[in-house]
Amino acid sequence: MSGNAPIITFDRVDKFYGDFHALKDISITVREGERMVVCGPSGSGKSTLIRCINGLEFHNSGVLTVDGVEVHEESKHIYRLRQEVGMVFQQFNLFPHLTVLENLTIGPIKVRKVSPSEAERTARKYLERVRIPEQADKYPAALSGGQQQRVAIARSLCMESRIMLFDEPTSALDPEMINEVLDVMVELADTGMTMVVVTHEMGFARKVADTMVFMDAGEIVETAAPETFFTNPASARCRAFLDQILDH
Amino acid sequence: MTTLDTYAPKGRALPGRRPIARVIDSVTFSVILYAIIVGGLVMLSYSGAQAMGYNWQWYRIPQYFYTVTDDGFQWGEISTGLVKTLTLSATAFALAIVLGLITALLRLSGLVVCTAVAIGFLELIRNIPLLVLLYLFYYVLGPIFGFDRYWASILCLAVFHSVLISEIFRAGINSVAKGQWEAATSIGMSRGQAYRYIILPQSIRFMLPPMTGEAVHMVKSSAIVSVIAVAELTTIGRNIISDTFMSFEIWFTIAAVYMVVTLILSVGVSYVEKRYAVE
Repeated sequence: MSGNAPIITFDRVDKFYGDFHALKDISITVREGERMVVCGPSGSGKSTLIRCINGLEFHNSGVLTVDGVEVHEESKHIYRLRQEVGMVFQQFNLFPHLTVLENLTIGPIKVRKVSPSEAERTARKYLERVRIPEQADKYPAALSGGQQQRVAIARSLCMESRIMLFDEPTSALDPEMINEVLDVMVELADTGMTMVVVTHEMGFARKVADTMVFMDAGEIVETAAPETFFTNPASARCRAFLDQILDH
Repeated sequence: MTTLDTYAPKGRALPGRRPIARVIDSVTFSVILYAIIVGGLVMLSYSGAQAMGYNWQWYRIPQYFYTVTDDGFQWGEISTGLVKTLTLSATAFALAIVLGLITALLRLSGLVVCTAVAIGFLELIRNIPLLVLLYLFYYVLGPIFGFDRYWASILCLAVFHSVLISEIFRAGINSVAKGQWEAATSIGMSRGQAYRYIILPQSIRFMLPPMTGEAVHMVKSSAIVSVIAVAELTTIGRNIISDTFMSFEIWFTIAAVYMVVTLILSVGVSYVEKRYAVE
């Protein structure tokens, strides 16, 4: 993995919300095909970190480069960049006025200018991949949370993105639905997709992560391979956090 | 095993409704009461008119809707006035929607200049009485830009209602969850695409009820253009009265015509609403 080219690079990035210092001097690199799992207590800046990657939020200083494009508010390439970076949200954010199939095809058709028939073919392929091909013509409201999140993953895949961001994808799900979403994510990881995942699912992290990142109070406290991270974390803060969430 | 039929509640029974409440709420009673109230009001105005020695001539009204003579069927004055009112309101409403949407988008654009322009426009129009606005359009802007009384009326009504409609758009757009913007943005949509494919289609169902109210409001406020003598329903009413002195019959008729139009509008839209409701 370390041999691959860097695809996301944070270089001394800072982000403020008014007076609140959300990201403090972040420097980190994600390489092509790398699976990075970001964890930390709530309010630690994890979500802000990944929302900066596709320009849902803009950082205030430092340099953030994604897929060769420098991300900032005035960037002309931001729309093209967002097509390369898929995102899955905690609250799914499916389009409720469109059917599942339309949710999947609207991006490719309107943004990528793919023909409707080809977009539909791709959409059905990915619905198959997330194991809900039979739900294509339903509206999102008719689906369970787990199914909705799998549709959301398929929607991002349909854009043929090279990077996938996951912002606590299982936090809003009922416990019995978490695994169906994680299974899909594990399969996706096996295809060699570059993934940055914010999650508290440490079982998943152990299984797929190449790199673990622990954040607290807007800083990256620890970056390590999973074996080291889980067995012998360097910082006391990280150890305390892991004790809290792994105890049960 | 206990089935639903044999199940007897073990707790104390809740007190039933009092008999008097059941009577008052019954359909028959409501209809009778309603008839008494309406009948009473009609009787009261009728006897008042009789006391004035008013000469009722309802039989002369139908000819103002249509006449059938040897020349064949012909629409009457009230009918042509109604058509004028409807075309005037419809044109003004279409313009008001375009103008309202532009104002709302400017206001929500987040750009200081655009927001300032939108707010300036809103405050300007909102703080001028409709009648004065109409005079401005007819006596001031009309001669300057060379439009006649008909277009002065349309533009005045459109501008006046665009302000109210822009607020409906703004509320509708804001009622769509923020996550929808983020999802649209994250698949690479521009702001315009997000509005067009994601945000506006969803906000329509929030906007439909107040929009109907606005359409009804438009038909009603179009009556004001009678002061600059555009030949719509209210002007026609005044003209007929100055010829015939049947003010009671004509104003009752004109009011009823407005009511029928606005009721049809409301019923039509509530049907559309049910039909296209998103579950």
